[in-house]
Amino acid sequence: MSNFNRRDFLKISGGLAVGATVVGCATNLGGAAKARVVVVGGGVGGATAAKYLRMMDPAIHVTLIEPNKHYHTCFMSNEVLSGDRSIKDIEFGYAGLAGHGVNIVHDTVTGIDAEKRMVKTADGDSFMYDRCIVSPGISFTWGAIEGYDAKVAEKIPHAWKAGPQTVTLRKQLEAMRNGGTVVIAAPTNPFRCPPGPYERASLIAKYLKTHKPKSKIIILDPKDKFAKKGLFTQGWKRLYGYGTDNSLIEWVGGAAGGKVESVEANNMVINSQVESIKADVMNVIPPQKAGKIAFSAGLVNKKGWCPVDVATFESHIHKGVHVLGDASIATKMPKSGYSANIQAKACASAIVAMLNEKEPGVPSYQNTCYSIVGENYGISVGMIYKYSKAKNLVTPIKGSGGVTPKDASMETLKREAHYAHGWFDNITHDIFG
Amino acid sequence: MVSKKTILTPLLAAGALLASSSVFAAGPTAETLAGTCSACHGYQGNSVGIMPSIAGSTAEYFTDTMKAFKSGERKATVMGRVAKGYSDEDIGKMAGYFSQQKPVGMKQSFDRTDAALGKKLHDEYCEKCHEDGGRNNEEGPVLSGQSKLYLTYSMEDFKMSHREGPKKMSKKVKSMVEKHGKGGVDAVLNYYASQQ
Ligand SMILES: Cc1cc2nc3c(=O)[nH]c(=O)nc-3n(C[C@H](O)[C@H](O)[C@H](O)COP(=O)(O)OP(=O)(O)OC[C@H]3O[C@@H](n4cnc5c(N)ncnc54)[C@H](O)[C@@H]3O)c2cc1C
Repeated sequence: MSNFNRRDFLKISGGLAVGATVVGCATNLGGAAKARVVVVGGGVGGATAAKYLRMMDPAIHVTLIEPNKHYHTCFMSNEVLSGDRSIKDIEFGYAGLAGHGVNIVHDTVTGIDAEKRMVKTADGDSFMYDRCIVSPGISFTWGAIEGYDAKVAEKIPHAWKAGPQTVTLRKQLEAMRNGGTVVIAAPTNPFRCPPGPYERASLIAKYLKTHKPKSKIIILDPKDKFAKKGLFTQGWKRLYGYGTDNSLIEWVGGAAGGKVESVEANNMVINSQVESIKADVMNVIPPQKAGKIAFSAGLVNKKGWCPVDVATFESHIHKGVHVLGDASIATKMPKSGYSANIQAKACASAIVAMLNEKEPGVPSYQNTCYSIVGENYGISVGMIYKYSKAKNLVTPIKGSGGVTPKDASMETLKREAHYAHGWFDNITHDIFG
Repeated sequence: MVSKKTILTPLLAAGALLASSSVFAAGPTAETLAGTCSACHGYQGNSVGIMPSIAGSTAEYFTDTMKAFKSGERKATVMGRVAKGYSDEDIGKMAGYFSQQKPVGMKQSFDRTDAALGKKLHDEYCEKCHEDGGRNNEEGPVLSGQSKLYLTYSMEDFKMSHREGPKKMSKKVKSMVEKHGKGGVDAVLNYYASQQ
């Protein structure tokens, strides 16, 4: 705590006052805290890490910096598109974390000085840290699709960060005529939530089937395969006539020219390699890279993702800074909320050990991703992983995991849909409760 | 509730005794392993969704259940795939962890009239093994405060032989259904759901 200065002291005591009005939380800052951790980003990874740090060692002072007062989970945001949920059902605040004694600051981090161990924000504040955790999620590679940028995305949403764009897309679907065409442009690998675009197509189809059955969804995809493809297409055949002339869903893969080259926002035309489609509603999901702050803080490699030690999630580039969630490279874990939640626990546990001058323990990782295909119809993919020190990899444990069997009964698929909702209830409570 | 301190202290103490190389040999700690379950089974094993709470399972029941999932003896949606990723040693550690957590009843809706009838039926048909209104875990899982939908699935699984139950249980359920109809089972489940 050598570089603890007066300004920090004011920050911490200020934070305490705020925390105290929320729940009279037991932050033990009467004396000096043992150490300070600053968490950048209050999404899945950041919020889980902040909470678990406080649970594991209440002597650590944790500040979480996040611009938004509310977080909207991407998971189950596709059910907002189908009308099964409202945006309020996927909205979470930070009072739970404050109750664990996390100091919440609503601001945007603009820079991380790894040498001075200092985080700077848009409001002009700076925060000193002993360890910093960065979980900023993704940003988009604008310009990869001609005519599609951040401004156009307000009218033609990507909705790949849940929130206002999810609501816009839902409204557009509601306003669409029966017989309209919805085009979903799926991204190239790697991207956040590999089954996400296909769950989205499924849930939009679920809505159209009952409300606008003459309509059609076309998925334009630069890839030839996608996560749980066999299970999705099986479900689409059963529920939406996939493969027939009247199918609600059509999928155009890379080999068939599915790569999108440009968007004409004014005419609502989307141009793939082989065809131009006039759409009523467009959902363009651009290629992705680590969140912007990872770039300004110099935490990324050439490909735009953050290389880390996958046991502690400490950056390979800047010591003392840990990157987790979608922004990090945690091969072979997919970029999912479940992964971010588990990585946050491994990272928090390693940081607690380090700050207590102990060796970090051995991590254990898991991922289970549910997708809703239709009414009472859910599928999943899961894997248990172990840490491979020699390769710095999170490696799948042989024989574990895998996808829902293709011959699963309708009863099993119904239960999977219910368990998907149960998972949502439990993980959001684990993160924000 | 078992405080965090009681869990952390022995683990940290154990950690301190180990030389750095054996930290690795010892594998993930019980708390680390348990942390991989909470996204589905709730923070510290207390579910707020339809998955069952595993807090307060006896170590024996937890271990038997995981092994039944692993071998396929008990049918499941995802747990068969999940259980195969954990060694017997891992399972032993998790079992120890969850047996120390205090179960907290899930907040859920239930039918009051059914729950009242359910209490009577429970006392008559179930209490002998699932003592204390289903709170006792010695003869099986904690039933009180579990998700009603999950318990409904469990009863279906017993009926379909997707899950092995004690013979005396199927006998009891059968005679209850003969006397009170299928509504009897539902009433009992409402009673467990009412314990929050
Ligand atoms: C449609 C869809 C469906 C999905 N479904 C599932 C699912 O079913 N299961 C599953 O496991 N995963 C799912 N996911 C993936 C999951 O949402 C992400 O993997 C997860 O959110 C990643 O967590 P994160 O912490 O990396 O990023 P995020 O959760 O995006 O959090 C990043 C946070 O950082 C903040 N931030 C960014 N920059 C700054 C800055 N400079 N300063 C301060 N704060 C900043 C942001 O405001 C945000 O709150 C889905 C994703 C999508 C798009």
